[in-house]
Amino acid sequence: MPIITYREALNQALREEMSRDDRVYIMGEEVGVYNGAYKVSKGLLEEFGENRVVDSPIAELGFAGIGVGSAMVGLRPVIEFMTWNFALLAIDQVVNSAAKMLYMSGGQFNVPIVFRGPNGAALQLGAQHSQAFESWLAHIPGIKVVSPGTPYDAKGLLKAAIRDDNPVVVLEGEMLYNTKGEVPDHEYVIPLGKADLKREGGDCTIVTSGKMVLVAMQVADQLAKEDIHIDVVDLLTIRPMDVEAIYASVRKTQRAVVLEEGWEICGIGAQVVDFIQRECFDHLDAPVLRVHQADVPMPYAKGLEKIAKPDAAKTIAAVKQVMYRS
Amino acid sequence: MASKKKSDAKSETRTVRTAGDKTLDREMLHSMLLQRRFEEKTGEAYALGKIGGFCHLYIGQEAVSTGIIGQLRPDDYVIGTYRDHGQALVRGITPRAVMAELFGRIDGCSRGKGGSMHMFDRHTNFLGGHGIVGSHVPLAAGVGFAIKYRGGDQVCVCFMGDSVVNIGAFHEALNMSALWKLPVLFVIENNRYGMGTAVERAAAVDDLSKRADGYTGMDGIVIDGMDVHSVREATAKAIARARTESRPSLLEVRTYRYRGHSMSDAVSGTYRSKDELDEYQSYDPVFSLRDAMVVAGTMTVAEWDALEADVAATVQDAWDFADASPEPPPAALYEDVLVDTTS
Repeated sequence: MPIITYREALNQALREEMSRDDRVYIMGEEVGVYNGAYKVSKGLLEEFGENRVVDSPIAELGFAGIGVGSAMVGLRPVIEFMTWNFALLAIDQVVNSAAKMLYMSGGQFNVPIVFRGPNGAALQLGAQHSQAFESWLAHIPGIKVVSPGTPYDAKGLLKAAIRDDNPVVVLEGEMLYNTKGEVPDHEYVIPLGKADLKREGGDCTIVTSGKMVLVAMQVADQLAKEDIHIDVVDLLTIRPMDVEAIYASVRKTQRAVVLEEGWEICGIGAQVVDFIQRECFDHLDAPVLRVHQADVPMPYAKGLEKIAKPDAAKTIAAVKQVMYRS
Repeated sequence: MASKKKSDAKSETRTVRTAGDKTLDREMLHSMLLQRRFEEKTGEAYALGKIGGFCHLYIGQEAVSTGIIGQLRPDDYVIGTYRDHGQALVRGITPRAVMAELFGRIDGCSRGKGGSMHMFDRHTNFLGGHGIVGSHVPLAAGVGFAIKYRGGDQVCVCFMGDSVVNIGAFHEALNMSALWKLPVLFVIENNRYGMGTAVERAAAVDDLSKRADGYTGMDGIVIDGMDVHSVREATAKAIARARTESRPSLLEVRTYRYRGHSMSDAVSGTYRSKDELDEYQSYDPVFSLRDAMVVAGTMTVAEWDALEADVAATVQDAWDFADASPEPPPAALYEDVLVDTTS
């Protein structure tokens, strides 16, 4: 099976879906002539032309709204945000327009749109460029939210997102674009709303998604050396969440740690813990713990940034705590 | 300061009203009178608690919707604000469906899920009333983008209030519409107040149509919004330009709202005077057309009385229909959050 980067996987997904359906277009800052700020759209302008690969001004609110309006009347836009930090300027169009249109029109106007771009922290980008917005977006009924951690998942989920007739948020990662993984030659789509058991072990469950999947896999590798075996439940889709996959794993392992990139308060992990306590209470042998970013804006200084982020060491400590091991 | 622009509509843009083509005039008079009486009935229903939430009446502004929407093709698109009842009616959503939506009933044009501010109708390409000021202006640009993408010759008309010219979404949408030559008419319904804030207290520009000067290729036009003929004629050129040259326009239609911003504020008092209201009401778009037609001999007083009776019956029928329509069943709560399809 070919090994490609996460970036190339996304690029393949865009190319394949644009070839498959001429209603699909991509719009955003630097997606065309510049080939994409992170080169995800590399070569697409040349292949599909400027009508379908549209360089926008720096105007997130405006071009996100243009995407929604065009989707209301039959196009299938892929709106690229250079990062989700900038998408805050457009959040009105995501929350008030895209997510509400079907409902407030009594089912008449669906909005088949994808909003995608890198989410979360990279390295030393400082407070305004290092935020993970999963919980902001997943809070809203009327949109779906996916967060792929591997090239295989990135391609399959982006293709599914583009084909979905609803608004779908795709959270990528600057630190993921260069990561590599196996991606088959044949076409495939990963259904939205299904988690993936990335690693099977019997001792403790780690529920996670996106970039943190890579951390969870490292943790599982390290703990295996200590004869602790981890179930890694990769949510893939954060909304709608595959709660059954979580329950199945936790009922087996009876212990869980939720690992997420964002902040603690009102985070995705809080919701996962709530689901677990409601449905798996009698199975639990320990309180569920959470690993997340420190409750501060991201600092620039290298050392401070490192201790602010969730990582393998913090996750291992949490796993050992729920297993009453030291 | 507050009186600086008080007489603009009269002194600068007011045209002498004359009757025109008899058939067209009758259609337009009917269209405007229907909106007027429908909105008066809406006010009654609100007072009786039949309608809840926010509710913004269109009374006084009828010439804008009638003059513009009346000349669109069925495959064109209309999008607007939360003050959307009049536009919905002119676009062809039935009075029954609009009133049932106001009543929050299952037969409403948005199945009771939208309410006063969110009238939608797929059959007439009515893309909604939108409740966040400025938010729908980029949507209109997106509709224009889609028209151009498909090589069509439709146009999209975007209604907005005067306060929209001060919000960022307006600039972003107009800039990209001009940059990419999108077939959109941006129609500012300048009723002189954004809620209770006079235009000159909010916009650092003398003439809202001048905002178009910031965008190459976009015409800015001032129109007397109390005269349906003026609205129709000026808009016809902008529509043609959009349809044949795919060029956007910014139309500032000077109009006036007779009622409060919504149902909770006084008609006059804190932010505008009764004298000002009286002055604008003396230019009334509905009655001035009627009077011109009577003078021109294209309508008799008896015919007017018959028209009033006909419209009153239509509006009462809409009320009765809405009142009899069931509320959405509890199962509707979870419907229409997402569609269960892929393409």
